[in-house]
Amino acid sequence: MNLLAALGRFLIFPGLLFAVPAAWFVLWLERKLVALMQRRIGPPFGQPFFDFIKLLGKSTPARFGVNAMLMRAWPLIAVSASLGAVGLLPVLPTHGGFEGDLILLLALMEIPAICLIIAGFSSRSLFGEIGSAREAVLLVSWNLVFLMAVVSIAVLQRSFRLEDLAAAPLTSWRYFGLFAILLCLPAKLHVNPFSLPNAEQEIYSGPMTEYAGFELALWQVSHGLEWIAGVGLVAALAIPPSAHIWLDLAGVLFVGFILVLVLSLISAATARLAIDTTVRFYWQCTLVFAAAAMSAALFTRLRS
Amino acid sequence: MSFWKRLLCASRRRSPWIFHMNSGSCNGCDIELIAALTPRYDAEQLGILLQGSPRHADILCVTGPVTHTSAPAVQTVYQQVCGPKAVIAIGSCPASTNVFIDSRVLVGPLNQIVPVDVFVPGCPPRPDAIVRGIAAAASLLAERDGAAVKAESAAIPAAAPEEVRS
Repeated sequence: MNLLAALGRFLIFPGLLFAVPAAWFVLWLERKLVALMQRRIGPPFGQPFFDFIKLLGKSTPARFGVNAMLMRAWPLIAVSASLGAVGLLPVLPTHGGFEGDLILLLALMEIPAICLIIAGFSSRSLFGEIGSAREAVLLVSWNLVFLMAVVSIAVLQRSFRLEDLAAAPLTSWRYFGLFAILLCLPAKLHVNPFSLPNAEQEIYSGPMTEYAGFELALWQVSHGLEWIAGVGLVAALAIPPSAHIWLDLAGVLFVGFILVLVLSLISAATARLAIDTTVRFYWQCTLVFAAAAMSAALFTRLRS
Repeated sequence: MSFWKRLLCASRRRSPWIFHMNSGSCNGCDIELIAALTPRYDAEQLGILLQGSPRHADILCVTGPVTHTSAPAVQTVYQQVCGPKAVIAIGSCPASTNVFIDSRVLVGPLNQIVPVDVFVPGCPPRPDAIVRGIAAAASLLAERDGAAVKAESAAIPAAAPEEVRS
């Protein structure tokens, strides 16, 4: 029974069957919203799906001097890891099933970024190496804030279990931590002020420069799933638990939609920052929020 | 035609990704190609995206009469685009070398270097003409049947080894 519920979570909701179409929808929504904000019509509905199918039908280049199996493995690992992260999201708190914890979720959310870094280096393309180096620096800069904010939420609730976190009543300090996580999302999802690793027209396509066809399609799906995982985590933690499961679900979907809207607005309204400015932004400006959330959580815990 | 084939053809028509290559152009056509992607002409409503890497592209957009220096580069980039692919000659220069005809620095119109699928004439062509040319190339990719596509994609990577930076 427990295994069945876990499989259901990974394969149906919020896993594979829900998450992949949702990832395409979110990718389309982001492009469409950016287009609307630039007073364009933008891509037709389902554009990422057609891009995916088209990429499946393209050939992949013959590779010389690099390990082709390794190159193929990275996008596969990235997709499976982000799919696992989406499957762990605490959107069905009362239904039980596989009980993942926050540490596993965070680890799975990190893996696609690490795969991207290694993929860029293993492609041995100059642009891939520059993009990977940028991604690595970006990862170090936002991860400190992200992890501190997530840990502050866990400390506040005295639990690393996702179900406890989603079911716990909300305090104002959790919103502080959630705000710090939200500040990290643009860098995690490479949207515009922090689109350094895949900087278009600047370093070609960064780590993905040498990828084509099927593998590129997998990278796109992985990117969409990262959107779902990041936005879904914030939405699931931001919604206060209610008596009705459908109300919870509707709340998560609504908050997720608003988050995609906000991120698209940021991406349409800003230009790309340089790498040193990005690091300074996260380590000087954003760290304040994470540190405040962390100390407040520790203080609340010591007092009670 | 099976369902998968029809879906694939529809996807190829609806999602043309382009790579822009200058082969000695005066920049007039380059500016018009960029203008076609701006909010005023909004090529993205046809699914057209400008890609940074030739590996990601379906359609190679070449501007300029091909000079001696740029001819090997055009060939390299053409080989780097993965099949099925199409080439668009944007402007009169790649079609006929235009006013630079008989120049000693040219190796001729583009179709002597790589096979060209669509010509968009003009000096420079209007952005709407360029968008229409890309749409025509995308339909061409969709119409080519599976067998031709396979032959093409099999022939190109085997014929020329990829350039790997070490």
